[in-house]
Amino acid sequence: MASRSRDAADPAEQRELLTAGDVARTVARMAHQVIEKTALGGVEAAPVVLLGIPTRGAPLAARLARHVAEFCGVEVPTGILDVTLYRDDLRRGPTRPLASTELPDRGVDDALVILVDDVLYSGRTVRAALDALRDAGRPRAVQLAVLVDRGHRELPIRADYVGKNVPTSRAEEVDVLFTETDGRDAVLLRPRAAHGGGPG
Amino acid sequence: MKHLLTAAELDADTATAVLDTADRLKAALLGREVRKLPTLRGRTVVTMFYENSTRTRVSFEIAGKWMSADVVNVSASGSSVGKGESLRDTALTLAAAGADCVVVRHPASGAAHRLAGWLGADPYGTNTSVVNAGDGMHEHPTQALLDAATLRERLGSLRDRRIGIVGDVLHSRVARSNVALLSTLGAEVVLVAPPTLLPVGVTGWPVTVSHELDAELPALDAVMTLRVQAERMHGLFFPSVREYSIAYGLNQARLGLLPEHAVVLHPGPMLRGMEIAAAVADSPRAAISDQVANGVHVRMAVLYHLLAHREDA
Amino acid sequence: MNLLIRGVRPYGDGDPVDVSVVDGVIAGIGAGLDAGDGEVLDGDGAVLLPGFVDLHTHLREPGREDTETIATGSAAAALGGFTAVFAMANTAPVADNAVVVEHVTRRGREVGLVDVHPVGAVTVGLAGERLAELGTMAAAGVRMFSDDGHCVADPLLMRRALEYATALDVVIAQHAEEPRLTVGAQAHEGEAAARLGLGGWPSSAEEAIVARDCLLARQAGARLHICHVSTEGTAELLRWARARGTRVSSEVTPHHLLLDDSRLATFDPVNKVNPPLRAATDAAALRRALADGVIDCVATDHAPHAAQDKDCEWAAARPGMLGLQTALSVVVETMVRPGLLTWRDVARVMSERPAEIAGLPDQGRPLDVGEPANLVLVDTDAEWTVRGAELASIAANTPYEGMTLPGRVLATVLRGRCTARDGRVAEPTGVFG
Repeated sequence: MASRSRDAADPAEQRELLTAGDVARTVARMAHQVIEKTALGGVEAAPVVLLGIPTRGAPLAARLARHVAEFCGVEVPTGILDVTLYRDDLRRGPTRPLASTELPDRGVDDALVILVDDVLYSGRTVRAALDALRDAGRPRAVQLAVLVDRGHRELPIRADYVGKNVPTSRAEEVDVLFTETDGRDAVLLRPRAAHGGGPG
Repeated sequence: MKHLLTAAELDADTATAVLDTADRLKAALLGREVRKLPTLRGRTVVTMFYENSTRTRVSFEIAGKWMSADVVNVSASGSSVGKGESLRDTALTLAAAGADCVVVRHPASGAAHRLAGWLGADPYGTNTSVVNAGDGMHEHPTQALLDAATLRERLGSLRDRRIGIVGDVLHSRVARSNVALLSTLGAEVVLVAPPTLLPVGVTGWPVTVSHELDAELPALDAVMTLRVQAERMHGLFFPSVREYSIAYGLNQARLGLLPEHAVVLHPGPMLRGMEIAAAVADSPRAAISDQVANGVHVRMAVLYHLLAHREDA
Repeated sequence: MNLLIRGVRPYGDGDPVDVSVVDGVIAGIGAGLDAGDGEVLDGDGAVLLPGFVDLHTHLREPGREDTETIATGSAAAALGGFTAVFAMANTAPVADNAVVVEHVTRRGREVGLVDVHPVGAVTVGLAGERLAELGTMAAAGVRMFSDDGHCVADPLLMRRALEYATALDVVIAQHAEEPRLTVGAQAHEGEAAARLGLGGWPSSAEEAIVARDCLLARQAGARLHICHVSTEGTAELLRWARARGTRVSSEVTPHHLLLDDSRLATFDPVNKVNPPLRAATDAAALRRALADGVIDCVATDHAPHAAQDKDCEWAAARPGMLGLQTALSVVVETMVRPGLLTWRDVARVMSERPAEIAGLPDQGRPLDVGEPANLVLVDTDAEWTVRGAELASIAANTPYEGMTLPGRVLATVLRGRCTARDGRVAEPTGVFG
């Protein structure tokens, strides 16, 4: 999916919740948490696989993998899991282009798969990802890492690794920007556009 | 997209979008044990084949089932069609019974257009999509799409590539669809055939026309050999099978005239020894099996683009 | 039958005048005529022309009364401004004998809305093998013979038919189509058919027969008529043949003047016709040829078809279009408006020449005192939208569905009796005329 231009909104209406520096520190902290919680590199630890959910989950997963390699020397197999074909809302809008799915060579069988996304909101995207994952193989366990948890869950889903909790109202939109997709790092809060958005 | 009736109606963006979807679907299913996607669950696809065709019908059926659609096959004989029910009545009956999509193959050019018109005018049929799986001599758009997908795989981009189409162009819906789609995607098309097997009016097509196969082969990036029915001799189109295959058959020697990288395609079923030599069909440069495999993904992509969106979107 | 027609302009010339009709004959033309005890028909400045004569109509009776009958076809003709029509022989049974011919004639008289002249078949059963009894049919009043629908393809048979006809002073009308060149043909062999994958009907299939028959007719000294000319090449051949003294006449349909093969793109078989709609260049050549007189007249080839024969895929559909009620308007649109024909020319191509070709003594006559009152009043300023369901024919296969066309028949007069007026037909007479 092509990245919407997230800086196009009226600047007066936007609030920057995380600066570029904040984003970098938050991602680094998340990487440490992953290492700790999964006992990464440990003898009895399950092999870990990071799967980013496009669009912005993919660069986030790649960054986590880089930090993990930096901090503890373990190369975590990383991939992309597109969930478009598993969404429950396809017939509510125009045709959605499919994004890439690239599973790492070792697959997902018997691994601890960490799904990675930028924002956790209703939980439907994650639910679709679980369905997609199920058809991709049989992980030993599945965890979830998100940069921002903005509340308003519609399903019994919670993240294992949260960069930042941001309480929001449904009339607001949280935009995550990454250099890889948007040219800079930031997390923005803005009022929801009349025509746009919706729990993802 | 509401219907897919012709390759000619696809602009470059739409065609590319469908081909990209096919690529993504192929990647999504790669290496999987469970080759099924839930996307079209609850949608009903009916294939209406008025001409015998196992390969295309099976391809559509697999495509629909891999997308979790319910697929029903209707063939001409042994159904009410054999009893003389009109095309229109059959289509409206299927729509009223709940078909979301009708995939139709028919010996009359324009049959898919007519179907789309009747379904659009009928309350039970207004939301039924039509896919043309081959109408007479007119078009076979999913064939052109899978040919383009196969060529993209082997050659990369199609822009400025030189693609030869050899054989009975006059009677070939595959040729018409490919000429349209390849031109739209920026390729140059060369038609090679005896004058009797080229349509009067081909002069208006965006193609080069030649009667000399050997002269054209060295400059081609791909060559597509069309089926030539031996029965065409009775219409006095060429004197004999022997003379046809001497002049236009893709034999081993001609394979040598093609550049190293060039791809050989055939829409099937092949008449080995007529338009294509057995050895050529089996050579690594022939992408015929890839065409068949890509056919399923392309048809999955077409169904996705027709059925996985809001009805009026 | 006394009738006073007020305020009409004969041939569109001059100021409006009144025309009085007594006992079916024009009695007076001038200003301020007295109605006496007759009916009054207000022309309101309309153009007055001799009643139209259609040399080529399919009335489908006997055999396909589900699509048209002599009654409904006569109504359509009267509404279209026609006072005489020639009903083609491809009925079921075929009009290849005096019995069927006499039925059609009698039925036409009973209905009494237009003079119905049956066309006799050239060959028995239209099979193209043996001559039909042309003499017997001529004695029953047949003036024109045609296997229309089929070509008399055997050159020897056509030669014999032409020779035989010279003794009967009748005209042989050929549907020019070399059958060996139109096997599997669905549409004009050109760019549109090539793109759409429709089998081609080459122009040469028509031209080859036209050339051949012109040579045969000249050799026999016979009168030949070419039905529904559709190609530029045929027009050129006619010019050549007439220049060397061949007694050949020809007709063109309204649909070939207006429509071309760009209509095929929707695959709607309402556009399927034989000979097919050709290229735009052919249509333009036909318009010029009609204006120049190389083509003598307009004939509708009115061909009603049942819904199931058109509401299907192209290849399964029967060829043919309705034409009686729309003929005048299409001629106005394609010929009068662009200035290719004056109203006097319209009288020539839609009434005078057809009557001459068929040898009708009482049709296509000058608008003069003493002539039979077979007339049509044309409202030249009117426009109307064509709706197949509203036409008088039982069938509704008009290619002009939804089109707004210029010109309208205000009234049609057959031997002094108003057969159609303001879009309604008179009651059938039920009387042997």
